Amino acid sequence: MSRRLFIAVFERGEDLLAAVRASRARGLKVHEVFTPYPVRGLEEALELKQSRLPWVCLGFALGAAIAMLTFQVWAMTIDWPINVGGKPWNALPAFVPAKFEMMVLAGSVSVFIAFLLASRLFPGKRSRLIVPGVTDDKFALVLEEADASFDPEEIAKMCEGFNVVRVEERLAETEDS
Amino acid sequence: MAERAKPAAVPLVLGDKTPGQVTADITRALERRPGFLWWAAFVPSVAALAVGVAAVVYLLRTGVGVWGINTTVPWGFDITNFVFWIGIGHAGTFISAILYLFRQKWRTSVNRSAEAMTIIAVTCAGIFPMIHMGRVWFFYWMFPYPNTRGPLWLNFESPLVWDVFAILTYFTVSLIFWYVGLIPDLATVRDRTRSRVKRFLFGVFSLGWSGRFRVWHRYETVYLLLAGLATALVISVHTIVSWDFATTVIPGWHTTIFPPYFVTGAIFSGMAMVLTLMLIARKVMGLEAYITRRHVDPMCKVVIVASGLVALAYVTEFFTALYSGNPTEAFAFVNRALGPLGWGFWIMVACNVLIPQLFWIKKVRSTFLLVFVISILINVGMWFERFVIIVATLQRGYLPSSWATYVPTSVEIATLVGSFGLFFTAFLLFARFLPVIAIAEVKGVLGTSRAKGGGPR
Repeated sequence: MSRRLFIAVFERGEDLLAAVRASRARGLKVHEVFTPYPVRGLEEALELKQSRLPWVCLGFALGAAIAMLTFQVWAMTIDWPINVGGKPWNALPAFVPAKFEMMVLAGSVSVFIAFLLASRLFPGKRSRLIVPGVTDDKFALVLEEADASFDPEEIAKMCEGFNVVRVEERLAETEDS
Repeated sequence: MAERAKPAAVPLVLGDKTPGQVTADITRALERRPGFLWWAAFVPSVAALAVGVAAVVYLLRTGVGVWGINTTVPWGFDITNFVFWIGIGHAGTFISAILYLFRQKWRTSVNRSAEAMTIIAVTCAGIFPMIHMGRVWFFYWMFPYPNTRGPLWLNFESPLVWDVFAILTYFTVSLIFWYVGLIPDLATVRDRTRSRVKRFLFGVFSLGWSGRFRVWHRYETVYLLLAGLATALVISVHTIVSWDFATTVIPGWHTTIFPPYFVTGAIFSGMAMVLTLMLIARKVMGLEAYITRRHVDPMCKVVIVASGLVALAYVTEFFTALYSGNPTEAFAFVNRALGPLGWGFWIMVACNVLIPQLFWIKKVRSTFLLVFVISILINVGMWFERFVIIVATLQRGYLPSSWATYVPTSVEIATLVGSFGLFFTAFLLFARFLPVIAIAEVKGVLGTSRAKGGGPR
């Protein structure tokens, strides 16, 4: 079964934000919103959950720190002990800088890769813009038919109040990007 | 209501731009052929780069004997340049990460080029320790890899090893941070450009970005995390660089003030370099409406603060040395100011402490030509700071019988010139082919300069 979508295009972030709030107040299902820049307040209006990416970052950073510290202690005390300036073999404070750098490196690289995976962004992916201009100056609100409250004419009338520039009805394609 | 009542001062972006105009203005600079000014900057830069390449090739074919360093002064121009360039990079991270955490909106026009500057400066910096090794083809010995010599691991207690980790991490994280910021803008350019080659390349690198808000939401989390990590990183990197000096037992270097002293010095010199570059980019790329007094002014103020901190470090260092009652330590500092390289010390004081005080005057901060000249003088001063710390200290060590002089050879000077060539060549290419200003971020701050409910449609 193909779902019906209703697309409303705005030219100002504030208008989009207001339209999102109004749609949600009417019980309409917001399929997705496309914006050229992160509009402030939209995540609250859409009630998006806090991303779990910080946990990925924390996990990999701690893992790398522990791994690096273990490696340094093993290399410097067990595998090939070197006496440097009479310091003890497991000179832990001296191991901190390299450990710290590996921690930051692992945290950054992992969160970057996790972000790309979670957002399904990869080189060579074909971008399909919902309407032309959403990477420039257009803000698109996509509503999805969920129940009887989805009445395109009613919605179009509602969007009029928010300086909508274009409305469109479309059948949802199978792909979801 | 309080927000509305407050009149918007000078807007961040001039001319009441709409998001569409922002896209048009910034991408136009990429579409049109570069003007005379761009070529006038590019050609000398490439020439300087060529000089540097020739010097490095000659060095690698002959050996580090072509430099003026000797057993008393084993670190000369090379390490000076290394510390100088690493320091330049720091302001890029300062602007993009630390100011992001502090929600300073003026950073949006300058952060992209400041981040590019960081990456280029770190590349310039990385070249110097590499060529200093003499046998650069054994660079991989710096990594702990399983080898047939034992395996013999690294000495993890050495600051020089810490440096390898610090600088490579700094380079990688800066690159990721810069690239993450670029993705949405690459998509903007992809969707506008008429050139097929560009559409293909920008298409590949924009990773199929489509402006989906769920992705934006995640993106902002990642950006914040990277900013936080980069902030910790930037402080650690120059701290580790300062440990290259502070962990030795050389009088004048073996002090605990070095980490904060180096970090503030780095941000100071980098801020000056950002000013230099922004004022160049503004003219060369025609971005007068985007880089305004509202951006130059706070940067000048940061320079005043950093200059004060650097001055405080100089004074503290001197006071501690003289007050310590340690004759070698006291001598090291008297020698810095009054010894054979005293002129370098006074250039440093004049450029880093005295001249930046002109920024207290509003007229100076708003005269861009003066700002440009002062920013260059600060960079001269900061280069001399490193030169004085390194060479003036090494020249006069514990043993008067080993005192020596150091005179740079033409190869060393050519390498320094070449590093500037690389820096400006890479920056001009960046300004030519990539959006110099973070388009999406600037669009986000337009609202602050327009009345809340209205603004031009």
